Formats: sequence, structure tokens, C-alpha cells
Amino acid sequence: MSLLHVSSPHFHKPVSSVEQVMKQVLLATIPGVLALTWFFGPGTLINIVFGSILALGFEAWALWLRGKDYKSPLKDHSIVVTATLLCIALPPYAPWWLITIGIGVSVLLGKHVFGGLGYNPFNPAMVGYVVLLVSFPLQMSSWTEPRGIGEVPGIIDAFTALFASSAYDGVTAATPLDLFRQNSGMLFEDLMSTTPELAGPIAGLGWDIVNLAFLAGGVWLLRQRIFTWHAPIGMLAAISLCALIGYDEGSSAGGGSVLFHLFSGATMFGAFFIITDPVSSAVSNKGRLIFGALVGVLVYLIRVYGNYPDAVAFGVLLLNFAAPLIDQYTQPTVYGTKKVEVDE
Amino acid sequence: MNQIFNIHGGIHPPERKELSNPGRVIDATTPSKLVLPITQHIGAPARPIVEVGDAVLGGQMIAEAQGPVSVPVHAPSSGTVTAIEARAVPHASGLTDTCIEITLDGLDQSIAYEGVEDWRAQSKTLLLERIRLSGVTGLGGAGFPTAIKLASDRDKGIHTLIINGTECEPYITADDTVMQCFAQQIVEGSEILAHIVGAQTVLFAIEDNKPEATDAMRQAAAALDMAEVVTFPTKYPSGGEKQLIEILLNTQVPSGGIPADLGVLCQNPSTAIAVRDAIIDGRPLTHRITTVTGMSLNEPGNRRVMLGTPIGELLAHAGFHAEQADRVLHGGPMMGFAVTDLAMPVVKITNCILAPTRSEIPPPQAQQPCIRCGMCAEACPASLLPQQLYWYARAKDQEQLERHNLMDCIECGACAYVCPSHIPLVQYYRSAKGALREAVKEQVRSDNSRGRFEARQTRLEQEAAAREAKRAARKAAAEARAQAGDDPVQAAIERAKAKKAQQEESS
Repeated sequence: MSLLHVSSPHFHKPVSSVEQVMKQVLLATIPGVLALTWFFGPGTLINIVFGSILALGFEAWALWLRGKDYKSPLKDHSIVVTATLLCIALPPYAPWWLITIGIGVSVLLGKHVFGGLGYNPFNPAMVGYVVLLVSFPLQMSSWTEPRGIGEVPGIIDAFTALFASSAYDGVTAATPLDLFRQNSGMLFEDLMSTTPELAGPIAGLGWDIVNLAFLAGGVWLLRQRIFTWHAPIGMLAAISLCALIGYDEGSSAGGGSVLFHLFSGATMFGAFFIITDPVSSAVSNKGRLIFGALVGVLVYLIRVYGNYPDAVAFGVLLLNFAAPLIDQYTQPTVYGTKKVEVDE
Repeated sequence: MNQIFNIHGGIHPPERKELSNPGRVIDATTPSKLVLPITQHIGAPARPIVEVGDAVLGGQMIAEAQGPVSVPVHAPSSGTVTAIEARAVPHASGLTDTCIEITLDGLDQSIAYEGVEDWRAQSKTLLLERIRLSGVTGLGGAGFPTAIKLASDRDKGIHTLIINGTECEPYITADDTVMQCFAQQIVEGSEILAHIVGAQTVLFAIEDNKPEATDAMRQAAAALDMAEVVTFPTKYPSGGEKQLIEILLNTQVPSGGIPADLGVLCQNPSTAIAVRDAIIDGRPLTHRITTVTGMSLNEPGNRRVMLGTPIGELLAHAGFHAEQADRVLHGGPMMGFAVTDLAMPVVKITNCILAPTRSEIPPPQAQQPCIRCGMCAEACPASLLPQQLYWYARAKDQEQLERHNLMDCIECGACAYVCPSHIPLVQYYRSAKGALREAVKEQVRSDNSRGRFEARQTRLEQEAAAREAKRAARKAAAEARAQAGDDPVQAAIERAKAKKAQQEESS
């Protein structure tokens, strides 16, 4: 009998693999994607399917170019997660070339130029998103009206928009964050009550439900121990705190309420699905808390004072740069290294 | 007391302890041959004092301790020495070591044992010498000579003796069984240990998954005033010495230190029995209780095994289906190492032989890239950042490895257990630790030679300076004489002249 000679430990946690982690992240996006689909039609869903197929193709190509085995990395679902996250962030009726450029940038520039899975210093989905946002601002801000205000596009509309965008005659509308940023004269309360898009139960029709749905998925991931609470809570707490400080009882120049910021735009999606990307964030729990909090501060500042209506992508990318620095100062105290006062 | 504290991290792997039926001791088969390595402990190897052809009796010393950190080896049973040569021994690196092979005669005759009478009245030195001569080492896994541990701790003052019956490693039930079956002997041994080190408190620490052992220990310990049985929740690796001290006493052993720095001494229950046997019965360490388990065995269980029994024979005795197993482990599944040769013997540190089937412990999966998910950091009982250590180990960045306290890793394997990328993290740390130790040694060597060079330089300079001073002194003296009127040159010329004149006269 030939004996297997391997090093300890010989036990491994059952059903624990990169594949499994990625699968759980994908599952956790379902409530959010369903909410988006309910309020904005099948656009996001179709984007995700289209984007994932493209991403697998790009990934295989990149692996082949790099002379790597491309069968097992394709099976780890990591690229599908990247594609899904990017497509959730894109406007639901984006043309095919926009998605292709975004996915291509994410996979090639966001991931493979740095060495593939585990080596990327930046969140690949956000790299793709920001490249699109600064290059194609018009297409990137074309959101449709949510169910309840306008007609929700159907499947045929979605495919037309994807492959023949010139023939697609969709209605684009401003998102609550756009409306908030463009507001110049109305009191916050008035803006919220008189604008139909902002008439949702919490913070804008459709968007608050979408945020709640992503929150639900995120809490599930937290319970599955895919990540710890530090980064999401850091970000949400920082946004809340900033909004609390900046909220001046609702003047037209004020910063908007806490609830408005928590349940608008990409807040929950960002807090639980973007900044929790472990590869590009800080390492220790303390580091992740700081990382999340700083993203939250940036998101608030850019939303209120910046040129873009939302800022999760910028906040994340800027903090990706800062992650190694945060790591340098947030190393946890190792067993037995606590400084004890010595009585001499 | 009785308050329990939490440790960082930890995992809950499947325990699979009921498989080996804790609480029952099976007498293992008597093998035809025993193979006894001369190094079954940490420290200098023992020196064989028998020769091939010698007849030996059970309990007879066959190799003597060499140097202070060493223990002797004794024959477990009677027979003839048939070989003294290098054989494969249980070791994580698959090393060979000099072994004494004894072919047993089956009579199991032994020397007459003589215990220490009234041990409380004896000097600690005598008791320690008895323990040392009886070959007692820690039986929990590391195999450190017990007498050294007791003696070195004595200077620092020990207040608490912890008998570590945690046994957090899955599958193993040797300590559980020993506590259930020999609680009285453990208490007696603990009393001797406490007496030697001067401890005022004895804590029997047991995880809460061993209620029978806890009951047995409570009953036995009732007679000892300073003793207390403490239970705490089951979690791996609570049985690590440092972790256990934090659980019981809420303090941490300083990095690079030992428990004695806190006035604490930890011993395994079986070690306490070995100490008791050495002092009260005068019997050396020749047998131990070993868990022989795994689904590839018909009859898993705890066996009383002669040291030196080949692992293969022990497995055969338990009904081993070799075709179902592709690895045999020495120790448990978390920290044990793979046995490379079934002819390897059971030694003093062998608390478990595990022969799992392929489905029970499947072959390792292919390694995937680290995604820095941080699950390892959540599991690490030492609060390290295993993912960072992994990157730095791969980069051979020794500065960062030291900064991230690599040396405080206890190699428990919790990080690798939870790693979704199936990275054999502990293997990276072991190798990096080796390199770091080597670098430290190299540093010491170069510091030493620099020291020697500088000392020589100083000495040469001093010598030169001394010579210079002497010369200057001579010069000064000569000048002084010249000034006083007796010019040495003039004197020499006159002496020469006088000599010449003398020569001319005589010729």
C-alpha cells in the first residue's frame, strides 16, 4: 500500500471552496435583482446574462493569453460575480457595446493585468464601471422610470435596447439622487413630497425597496459568514453620521436625510456587495471598519458636494489605493504581545 | 474560580470521538519485535547501553540519557537485542533515527521495581532524578523531558498546576479514557507534581464533551483540597497550552515566553500517571494508552501499547483494511503527521494512530488562489493574520513575517481548515519558520564572528600601543641618560675602543 504523505491539517471544512463562496454571493444578489426587475423591467436581468457570457469569454481568452489552465478558474464563478455586480450597477437598458466595453475593462484591466483572481488591487467591477462612467456619461445615466410612474419595458424592449439601441425608444428618467443633486430651490421635505420619483415609503420610489432587497441579501451573506460586519457597518454608520451632521432640518442647500442616503442609489448594494470584496479591501477587521467608514464619508461628500450623483464606485476605488496603508496601521494584537505594565 | 474566559477564533471540526469508544482500555497484542528509537523526546538522543545479543528484561534501561536535556529509554518487556541501527521513526519530516530492536521472548519478565518510600519527605532533587531516570516525557504530543520542565519552572515559582485533559483534537480519546479509568492515579501524580513545583492550586481542565471523565475526575479530586475540576465549551484548539491558560486564567503567555513566566505549569494526565508510576511504583515509562481509530478499522479503540510496537502490527490487531485507507496518521487529523512506513514504532508521544478511509478524510483538493476572504483570521486562536503571513511567506519577506509575528503561530491548522481556497497554510508557515530560525542563527553566527574580529582588532591595537609605549619609555630613558651626561652612543664607542685596545695588546 502506498501511503499518502501530506502535511497537517488533514481535515478540511466540508463544502468550503472559492466556488461555494462565489455561489453564495450570487445567490445573495437575487432579492436585489428581483427588486430591480420588478421596478425597472427585465433589463438588469438580461444585462447580467449577457455580461456573464461575455465575461466568461474574456476570462477564457485572458487565461489562454497568459498560458494558464482555463478550465478550473472558469468554474470558480468569480468572473460571473464580477459581471453580475457590474451589470447590476449599469443602467438596465444599456446597449451591447457599453456592456462589452465595461466587462472587457473589468476582466482585462481590472483583473488579469494584475495576475488574475486574488491579485487585483482594485475592485474589477468598479474599474469597469468608472471607465464607462467617465467615458460615456450620457448612456450611463439613462435610467428608466420605475413602475408606478412610467411604463415598465418588456422583454422585447430589453433586447431591442441591448442589440439595436438606435431603434429603442425608451423613456429615461432621473434617479432620486439625480433629482436631489439638481434641486436648487426646494426644501428637502417639499422635494420629497412633490416629486413622484421621491414618493417612495422611505427614500424614493422603487429605490428604497431595491436597497432593502440588497440589504436582505447582504444580511444573509453576513449570517453565512462570507464576510464580517465591519466594512458594511463602517460604511453605513459613516454615511448616517455624515447625513446627520449635514442635515439642516431640510433646507434646499442641505445634505438630505439619513434615511434618504441609506436607501438611495447604490448604498446597500455598495455596502454589502462591493466594499466587501476581500481581495481589494483592507485585511484586518479593524482595517475593514476604517475602510468602510472612509468609503461612506467619500460617498456622502461626492453625493452632496461632488459632480456625480452617486459615488460608491469612486469611493471604493480611492480606498482600494489606501488599503495597504490601512493594513500597515491596523494589525491586530497577536496573542501574547499585549503590552503589560511591569512592576519593577 | 470556575469562571471561564473566551479565546479568539477557534473552529468546530467534526469530533468523531465516539468511534474509538472512550472509557475502555483494550490490551494490545504483544508484538514479536519492538523497535525503540533512542530519541523519543525533545533534546539530546539517549546513548544505547546494550549490545546486539544482550538479553534484556522489562523495565531495564537500554539507553541512557546524554546531557541535561535528555531521558533514557527502557525495554518494555523481556527478550534479546537483535539490532541497533537506523530505522524510520515517527517524525513530521520522515526522518530515520538509531533504534534498538528487541526480539521478545514472550515471557514478559521484568526487573524488580522499587518505589520511593514516603515521597513527601524526599528532596525535590531526588524526585526529579527519579522522574528523569524513569524516562518520563510529556505524553501529550511534544515530548519535552518532564524533569527539565519541572526543574526549570521551579526557579520562577509556580502557583498553579494545570492538568490538561482538554483533548480538543478530533478522534483522539486517549486522555478521556485515561481520566475515566485511572482518575485516582492522575490525582496522585498531580499531587507529586504540585509538591515538586510548590503549586498551591491544581486545575483539572476538561472540555465539556467528556462528562464521564469529568465525573471520574471530580470524584477522585475530591480528596485533594487544592484541586478543582474545570470544564469549558468544546472548541478547537482549546487544548493548546497557551489557549488553555487564557481560558482558565484570562492571561496570555508572553510572546516567546513559557507558562512558567506566569507561574503556571501544564501537564498531560498521562504524564501525571507516568510521574506517579515512577515515584510510587518505581516503574519507568514503557507503555502508554494510544487511541487507534479510523473507519478502516474493524475494532477501533484505546489500547495499552508497549512503546516500540510497530504501527502496522497495532493496526492489524485492530482489524485494518489497508485497501480502504490511503493515509495513516500519527496524532490527530488537525496536527498529526502522515506515517510514511507502517514499520514505524509507537513512541512516547504517540497519542493516536488514525487510519481513515478515503471518504472519511478525502485527499486534499487542488489549491486555489487566496482571495483574502479573512476566514483564516477569524479562526486563528493567536489573532494572527494568516492570509498576510501566507503572502509574506511566499514572498520570503522575513521582515514582514517577523512584524506579523509568524513565530507566535502554534500550527494548529484552524486557518487551513476553513480556507475556501484549500491552501496548505501551515505548511507555508513551517517552512517560513525554518527559514526565519536559520536566518536568526546566521545572524548570531555573523554577530559572533564580527565580535571575534573586533576583539582581535582591539587586542592587536592594544598590543601595538603597548609596544609603542614601551619603545617611547625606553627612548625617554635613553634621552634622560644622555642629558645626564652618559651618552649611550659615546659609551658604546668607548667600550669598543677599549675592547679593540685590549685585543691589540694581547696579540
